[in-house]
Amino acid sequence: MSKVIEIRDCTASYGENEVLHRVSLTVERGELVVIIGPSGCGKTTLLKMMNGIVRPTEGEVRVNGEQLSECDLVAVRRHIGYAVQGAKLFPHMTVRDNICYVPSLEQRRPKEEKQKLSEKMLELVQLPTNLADRFPRQLSGGQQQRVGIARAMAADADILLMDEPFGAVDEITRRGLQDELLSLQRKTGITIVFITHDIEEALRLGSRILIMKEGVIWQEGTGERLLESPRDAFVRKLMRR
Amino acid sequence: MCFLEIDKGVLPMQILQIFWERRELFATCLLEHVRISLTAVLCAGILGILMGTLISRHKRAASIVLGIVNVIYTVPSISLLGFLIPFTGIGNRTAIIALTVYGLLPIVRNTYTGLTNVDASILEVAEGLGSDAGQMMFRIRFPMALPVIISGFRNMVVMIIAMGGIASFIGAGGLGVAIYRGITTYNMTLTAAGSILIALLALFSDRLLSLAEKAANRRYGIE
Repeated sequence: MSKVIEIRDCTASYGENEVLHRVSLTVERGELVVIIGPSGCGKTTLLKMMNGIVRPTEGEVRVNGEQLSECDLVAVRRHIGYAVQGAKLFPHMTVRDNICYVPSLEQRRPKEEKQKLSEKMLELVQLPTNLADRFPRQLSGGQQQRVGIARAMAADADILLMDEPFGAVDEITRRGLQDELLSLQRKTGITIVFITHDIEEALRLGSRILIMKEGVIWQEGTGERLLESPRDAFVRKLMRR
Repeated sequence: MCFLEIDKGVLPMQILQIFWERRELFATCLLEHVRISLTAVLCAGILGILMGTLISRHKRAASIVLGIVNVIYTVPSISLLGFLIPFTGIGNRTAIIALTVYGLLPIVRNTYTGLTNVDASILEVAEGLGSDAGQMMFRIRFPMALPVIISGFRNMVVMIIAMGGIASFIGAGGLGVAIYRGITTYNMTLTAAGSILIALLALFSDRLLSLAEKAANRRYGIE
């Protein structure tokens, strides 16, 4: 197993306010790590550190062995998929252009290539391929979310960072998306870091779960371990379904 | 005298008549008006979009620049022309400079507003996906701000065409010449005819730009 993401002793602050305190974390290739915790616990900040949107005030972050503070962030990011809550598709681009966004950053792609890629990605997230010419606002929330995941994965990324990607969709759609994500991960062996505030989702998806509280990783382990031996009342309460 | 003239017949008929009788004068004036306005529109457009883009990245510079542009806007147009005479003399050049300076406000403000109001979470995703600075600007920010920028541009064009009418007071050409001549010779029909042509030119340009706006909106999926 190789280390894909290494976070060493990282502290992050917004002004006076310290959001992360000396956090260390290693993610191995092919893992699906789920981060869970109450709002304001620093989970989103931790995720954003992995693609360099947030820079640690102390400590270092390495992705595929490269230290983020010293390498070309733009190039590294193009191999890290990024999907967020509410999809945040580019409203002025068609579904096809959204999906092909990252590949088209390297160089302009001919129309046939985009057509092929968007069809492949739409099939992967189980959407009808005729959606390619639509604009995001013409899609339902669940469809937008799937396109957001397709966009994140279209770059042949080997890492996928997901910040509550299924937060804004209904229960049934969410189940479907979770199943798809799991089968996708089995198929591609991609490394995924996934944030949620829903413990059911964490237990269903995570090969490892990190519980965060007040800027530190409070406890980590497999779902079963956390259920069997919670560190304290906080974890016990969080693990209650 | 002008009152007498009105009494002699129906004004619209007289205006049509004068268009025909002085068609050469009106053709020259209209062409000159288009030329002056178009030059000013191009200058203000390029300068305004450039300025709006630059200040969208510097909050402090933005408040200063917007403040200055705002103040210029409140200077009465006729005195702005007067102020410029010692520096640039009289004629078309001064008129173009005044119109350009005057037209800056709507385009600078709308470019700035459009670019700074793009949804921050979308920008963050675009950044996270690996866009470089140029791609952030030209693939995300600018197209997303385009509707606001275009509406500022339309505003500016109508304003410049309308204000072009007083440029003749400092010796520039354009339809203001017909209006001015009408005033000094008590020829109300001539003044009205010149004004109507300016209004028509402004309306026509606005119409043309609204078509461009619709095309842009279709391209970017806005209804």
